Amino acid sequence: MGTLLDVIDLQTHFATRGGVVRAVDGVSWDVAEGETVALVGESGCGKSVSALSIMRLVAAPAGRIVGGRVLFKGRDLLSLDEDAMRRVRGREIAMIFQEPMTSLNPVLSIGRQMTEGLETHLSMTPTAARARAAELLSMVGIPDPARRLGQYPHQFSGGMRQRMMIAMALACEPSLVLADEPTTALDVTIQAQILELMKSLSRRLGVAMLMITHNLGVVARYADRVNVMYAGKIIERGTAREIYANPRHPYTLGLLRSVPRLDEPRRARLDPIEGQPPDLSRLPGGCAFAPRCAFRVERCVVETPPLRPIGGTGHVTACWEAERVTRAREPVGEAR
Amino acid sequence: MSTTAIGTGEVLLEVRNLVKHFEVGGGLFGGRRGIVRAVDGVSFAIRRGETLGLVGESGCGKTTTGRCILQLESPTSGEILFEGRDLTKVEANELRAVRRRMQVIFQDPYSSLNPRMTVGDIITEPLAVHGIVRGAGARRDRVRDLLRQVGLLPPHAARYPHQLSGGQRQRVGIARALAMEPALIVCDEPVSALDVSIQAQIINLLEDLQAELGLTYLFIAHDLAVVRHISDRVAVMYLGKIVELADRKTLYDDPLHPYTRALLSAVPIPDPELEARREHLVLRGEVPSPLDPPSGCVFHPRCPLAEDRCRSVVPELREVKPGHWAACLLA
Repeated sequence: MGTLLDVIDLQTHFATRGGVVRAVDGVSWDVAEGETVALVGESGCGKSVSALSIMRLVAAPAGRIVGGRVLFKGRDLLSLDEDAMRRVRGREIAMIFQEPMTSLNPVLSIGRQMTEGLETHLSMTPTAARARAAELLSMVGIPDPARRLGQYPHQFSGGMRQRMMIAMALACEPSLVLADEPTTALDVTIQAQILELMKSLSRRLGVAMLMITHNLGVVARYADRVNVMYAGKIIERGTAREIYANPRHPYTLGLLRSVPRLDEPRRARLDPIEGQPPDLSRLPGGCAFAPRCAFRVERCVVETPPLRPIGGTGHVTACWEAERVTRAREPVGEAR
Repeated sequence: MSTTAIGTGEVLLEVRNLVKHFEVGGGLFGGRRGIVRAVDGVSFAIRRGETLGLVGESGCGKTTTGRCILQLESPTSGEILFEGRDLTKVEANELRAVRRRMQVIFQDPYSSLNPRMTVGDIITEPLAVHGIVRGAGARRDRVRDLLRQVGLLPPHAARYPHQLSGGQRQRVGIARALAMEPALIVCDEPVSALDVSIQAQIINLLEDLQAELGLTYLFIAHDLAVVRHISDRVAVMYLGKIVELADRKTLYDDPLHPYTRALLSAVPIPDPELEARREHLVLRGEVPSPLDPPSGCVFHPRCPLAEDRCRSVVPELREVKPGHWAACLLA
């Protein structure tokens, strides 16, 4: 599979009263055709800003992409003029947000919102666009689509709205979908439905997906490769299997160990990551995770560790002490 | 009346047949008139020092149940026995003393802390209002002790909520609850707004405080893994009713209700190899409106096992095995 999206050394900064916040601080990652890649991290780590930067939707003037390249099918999106960029958005790269209600227009019917893109991007006639919209709604499992097209967002449940957002995202048959916490606002049984839907559609239609989430379980179920972000940087990357079985950054290891798991015996005590998430306007020198890190050595507070290969299969980590970082907990045996 | 308490130990809180209906619609702007059956006949008991987990999806009535217990909503019917007294019958002047004994920790510490008050004032206010600690000096000492108890430092007393991280704000919320020396704390989604790395800190803190102070928790949450970790017993709610109730191990190892099984199956586990092997039971449809709940068993339209009789017969919550209650005709 060829590379579809290649993000190289992307830097997005925000001007705040407290100084410049490097929300995305020299980040490189890629997505192959048809692949599902995860961007994992906690609030403020820069994962959503990364996606917005690719779409060039970072709120100016406070936010600015100050460096890097975003190669999509070989073209640098950062050098396109606004007209060309508008043709990319929705048509070639679509986006799904966490809270569908805030990204839908409450006073336009579902049908109007769905046909708009089809008419502008694909030059469909209103009749053809309406027929296609009904077809899309039925594809995402919304019953009685013809009647639903005449309804308004508030008449849809949260799960239905997210199904509709998926339908809209797929309307112009994009080759990449950026999904920013697509199921975080949903209940767990509805989350399962939506994720199964996204997975089967992306397989069937060959759409590549960037899944942005803080939920390690969701990533484990759906992603081929994983990028872990902390304080504006990618600190570990690898195949999902490799990252979960063999995390080689103390932050990734800490995240995996801090969550209680239903498949393991109940632990007497959880192992949290100590300390607080970093304040991006006042980052320490060296590794941003060092103040919370159990593996910290002197070098960590002086020199920022670059991503470097560890093990095989494209596994990289940004930790000086990666060789010492291993899962302390033995995996639970196969005979479960 | 036999209740859903098991084992020995003094019962601190007992909820009997709690019903809370809300009227909607009508009025100036019209709309369909109806009754939302938010809580529809819920019974359980919590022993002193115990943690009862209350899980379910949004709209299942778990938060309303908590609010009825806290007397933030007045129940439509039913009894709430707390330390032996029925709270639905106590006089208003007595209620204030009772309220001291039960406190709440909310999901979003930011919206439940006054942004114009310092952390010290937030914690001191209830101490002064209820006359728990008299004298400014004594109150300052108490604030310092409470801050230490929740893992904060004395200088935090001078800060404002916006100067703290989410985890620190939740610690302030906990300190404010502890200030009243409560017997029961209703924890309503106390970690779901926090980052993953911080959730474990707060859960450990809640467990430490329980061991130290003998607190009793009603732990309301939608995260099944967190609830398993912290609870002694767990009740599962669906559309205003408890559908299953058992001790933690039984409920998670041997769930009887099809809804509990579906919930457990829906939780993704952070292990790609396991996820690839695992069978996922995906429920069809969505939770029906509590304005117009289905006939018979409220779960029957989504239930993979539903039979004809499930459409007409309302299953009672019954003790299927000792200490293991389920509201399913097929259990």
